[in-house]
Amino acid sequence: MLERVDAYPNQWISGFGVRAGRPLPFGATIVPGGINFSVYSNNATAMTLVLFRRGESRPMAEIPFPPAFRIGGVFAMTVFGLDAETIEYGYRAHGPYDPADGHYFDPGRILADPYAKLIGGRERWGAPRDSMVYRSGVACDDFDWESDRQLNLPAEDLVIYELHVRGFTKDPSAGVAAPGTFAGLVEKIPYLRELGVNCVELMPVFEFDECEGARSDPATGRPLHNYWGYNPIGFFAPKASYATTGRHGMQIDEFKSLVKHLHLAGIEVVLDVVFNHTGEGNERGPTISFRGLDNQTYYMLTPEGYYYNFSGTGNTLNCNHPVVRGFILDCLRYWVTEFHVDGFRFDLAAILGRAPDGSLLSNPPLLESLAHDPVLRDCKLIAEAWDAAGLYQVGAFPDYCRWSEWNGRYRDAIRRFIKGDLGMVGEMATRMAGSADMYLRRGPAASVNFVTAHDGFTLRDLVSYNDKHNENNGEGNNDGDNGNNSWNCGHEGPTDDPEVTALRDRQVRNALLLLLTSHGIPMLVAGDEMGRTQQGNNNAYCHDSPISWIDWTLLDKNADLFRFVRCAIAFRRSHCALRRRRHVADSSPEGLFPALSWHGVHAWMPDWASHSRLLAAMFYGDDGGRHDCVYVAANTYWEGQTLELPTLPDGLAWHLFADTAAPPPQDVHQPGREPLLTDQARVHVGPRSVIVLVTHPVPTKS
Amino acid sequence: MSFNAKMHVADGAATLRLVGELDRRSAPRLNELIIEAASRQVKRLVLLMDELKYMSSAGLRCLVFAHQKMPRGVQIVLIGTRPEVAETIKLTGFDRSITMEDSVEAP
Repeated sequence: MLERVDAYPNQWISGFGVRAGRPLPFGATIVPGGINFSVYSNNATAMTLVLFRRGESRPMAEIPFPPAFRIGGVFAMTVFGLDAETIEYGYRAHGPYDPADGHYFDPGRILADPYAKLIGGRERWGAPRDSMVYRSGVACDDFDWESDRQLNLPAEDLVIYELHVRGFTKDPSAGVAAPGTFAGLVEKIPYLRELGVNCVELMPVFEFDECEGARSDPATGRPLHNYWGYNPIGFFAPKASYATTGRHGMQIDEFKSLVKHLHLAGIEVVLDVVFNHTGEGNERGPTISFRGLDNQTYYMLTPEGYYYNFSGTGNTLNCNHPVVRGFILDCLRYWVTEFHVDGFRFDLAAILGRAPDGSLLSNPPLLESLAHDPVLRDCKLIAEAWDAAGLYQVGAFPDYCRWSEWNGRYRDAIRRFIKGDLGMVGEMATRMAGSADMYLRRGPAASVNFVTAHDGFTLRDLVSYNDKHNENNGEGNNDGDNGNNSWNCGHEGPTDDPEVTALRDRQVRNALLLLLTSHGIPMLVAGDEMGRTQQGNNNAYCHDSPISWIDWTLLDKNADLFRFVRCAIAFRRSHCALRRRRHVADSSPEGLFPALSWHGVHAWMPDWASHSRLLAAMFYGDDGGRHDCVYVAANTYWEGQTLELPTLPDGLAWHLFADTAAPPPQDVHQPGREPLLTDQARVHVGPRSVIVLVTHPVPTKS
Repeated sequence: MSFNAKMHVADGAATLRLVGELDRRSAPRLNELIIEAASRQVKRLVLLMDELKYMSSAGLRCLVFAHQKMPRGVQIVLIGTRPEVAETIKLTGFDRSITMEDSVEAP
């Protein structure tokens, strides 16, 4: 075999053999004999590669890129004889320092590579920052995936479970060997299987700076963290302190192992990704990478050179700039090809539709590229279709018939409906039917339905507090949303009053049952299935403490609730009538019944009046020759009501799946083993309660 | 930073004693031995691990390499792996294609 000449150096700089590198791919790549470094900057005049011995904060060598190693705005160099495992690197970018013109070049700083696959220096969560913490590392990309690939579950079949990698197993009650890490989450996969969810949405796992905040808890004096992690530093790098093996630089392998194990359990992995801003903050924030490499390219700047702040965090990534667009696309492709992830949820995605000057684009090139990218074709793309500057695009997000959305209107409607607000029956019906008013073209799976998300009250707190209680966040309770549509059921916060607690238990079940019988993709937040509380804090982003962590002892304390949720998920998964790919018009006849029909005190007679507090829906589908018929009635009035049931043909009978007014264990029944209703003509739905009925064939006498 | 590996083939089993630190520099040496074991058509590949102090990311990849090089059905057994090394193997999911045993089984 002919040996390639490019496997050998043709120049020596600073004691290292080098030659002109390949501009693509960007980042550091292991090549025969060495490592290829490629970094771009439209405005830098020169660039220096800085090499470290792994773990050391002082450089071992600096290699300026010779002018001949530059092509356009790309600096590319192959350095020979480097051991990828024992070195780390960074860059010094030379150029003008002129903030008014958008330039922050400072060769005195060593910058992280935007394409770094590993970030060294942050292996220990919450460790104090040293002078040069973000060293870039070179990754080995071989892994034994066996036959793993993306699961490709139909979107309408998903039940999403949103969780925080650290908080899920950090509390000692989790009882895992590797608390707060990817490996710890692997230990909890049997739990996820038992619960029945088939998709986990991981809050940010890209390397971020948890120590960016300067605040401390006024009650305890302890420093607060950016625990949620919506301030990325390394978009290609799994967070080192989320891996038990991060101290060995093996966070990539540990994360891949997590994905592989989740896939083996039939669970998809969706990553919550933050492309609207970086962890560099505003003019006063730290310079870690982007600002120093090419500020004018990476950030949206005012004509005076200040940062636009559509994200509410100090800066806004210039995501429709062609270079940044390419960066985002490269990043997502990397997570799909290297980590086999199944989809992405885009934080403050409305920003991704803004032009470099912040104006709204009607056909945003970034969103279009993502929608049609061949590598991303089978990924779920979910937009949080609003931003922190007031742009609200739920139902109007540039979707290319491809994007789904967090349906904020579903959240608002279900919260108001269950607390008994008037005038909500019609809107709740629309939301339950997959929000055809917004998503008719895309289908119900464009609607990710939810009652709660990481941002806001937990489900337990939603029925326990009228107002947010964020004093521990150190901002005088001024942070966090004021519009929660919550109701404390008669007492603010914890209480022993049995009437109040019984009503709260019921309201929690009402919300979960409606969510899990609605068309669209239901999303649950980890812990809501066991009654997790944040003591009324609706913005716990800064608490790396039991406020945010899952308390697994709740699973015993609230075993009835867990059983209820598990059964409701199993029920959804066994009824195709609840998981529609297309919207069903309420009049379209389909076999025995219309695919969706509305009812009231009298069958077939819904009450859409503004004073109505009763909603009854009948979902019908033909499941391979078997009638699949589900009747859901929600009464938000403070007294019970008796409802006439739709008459069934001979051979079918109504059975009771769930009744939130009944004390456990009668509140829910195992799907497939629901007891027969004694009275087939009518059913009683209790005060502020939801019932769910299902048909089964009458056993033939033989 | 030293590494030493010796192989002994008998009764259809290749036994390798690994001593020192297995990293990117020493991994090629182990891979050579694995190729040799594969060519001798053994039924079992045994790695004696009790004197291996450290295994880096590249070292772990030797396990995958062994799994892919050895014919299907060949059992790969790691014996006496030190807890620190064993933990890394498990947490990164490299234990799926191998068997880990505490000590040499009595014959």
